[in-house]
Amino acid sequence: MNITIDGVIFIISSAVALFGAIMMFAQRNPVASVLYFILSLVAQAALYIQLGAIFVSAILIIVYSGAILVLFLFVIMLLNLRGDEDLGKGSPAVSNLTKFIVAIGLTLELGFVIKSSIFGRAVPTGVLGESGAGFGSAENVATLLFTRYLYPFELTSILLLAAIVGAVMIAKKERSDETEAAPKPAKKEAKSEMTVEEAAN
Amino acid sequence: MVNITAFLFVGAVLFGIGVIGVMISRNIIVLLMAVELMLNAANLVIIAFSRVLNLMDGHAFVFLVLTVAAAEAAVGLAMVITIYNNRKTINIDNFSLLKW
Repeated sequence: MNITIDGVIFIISSAVALFGAIMMFAQRNPVASVLYFILSLVAQAALYIQLGAIFVSAILIIVYSGAILVLFLFVIMLLNLRGDEDLGKGSPAVSNLTKFIVAIGLTLELGFVIKSSIFGRAVPTGVLGESGAGFGSAENVATLLFTRYLYPFELTSILLLAAIVGAVMIAKKERSDETEAAPKPAKKEAKSEMTVEEAAN
Repeated sequence: MVNITAFLFVGAVLFGIGVIGVMISRNIIVLLMAVELMLNAANLVIIAFSRVLNLMDGHAFVFLVLTVAAAEAAVGLAMVITIYNNRKTINIDNFSLLKW
């Protein structure tokens, strides 16, 4: 078994992705868990590049790390959370045990599905070959989005509009004594929608 | 080059971490991030299959999934703000009003 440079890059980036995902739940401070999630996302973008999806990996970093997770940080800042003291007392031990059993059971079930589908030859396996010229480029993704997937793409804009209106309506306060909390998520959402649309163009 | 199964394995483990995170996290913001992590694990598997089948349709799907994730985060965080303003806590164990 020879280890190529691709294998080394894959091992490093997948280890960082899993490390960030695990550390995300081990943190008391929500700001730290957002930052670990961003670390995990950057490593996942490296995995996307290995799979030839260059444009989508750039979108992942720009839209996800740059817009969505900044929205999370923004809400944490807005609520002025400091970690444990806002959480109160923990749930009872029986409830925690049940949660662990259900979570590990679901994960094992997923593992069995993957195992049976791979060893039952339901999915193509094997070493990846060379990808075609222009695979994953912005031009080809845009061509697909504006020809074959035009209707889903346009429906997405309606979804984003509904999300903007919904976020404003939900976060709005009835009384106008403290008005600084209401408009902020809507503003961030509009920005992230703009990023998506710009990237598609 | 790396075997495709390795990418599927990483995606499955990320999804499993997300499921465990949804189950065990007490902070509602961390719970929303766990949902985002599961969406990302699904995206990784879609990208891997689109590479191995040499079809780029998966990239368009990932694009739409990213948009849905953005919309979900915006609405979810708006709900978090409203809940925090009403109850002054973000512990999900306190949001059991609809539980009988």
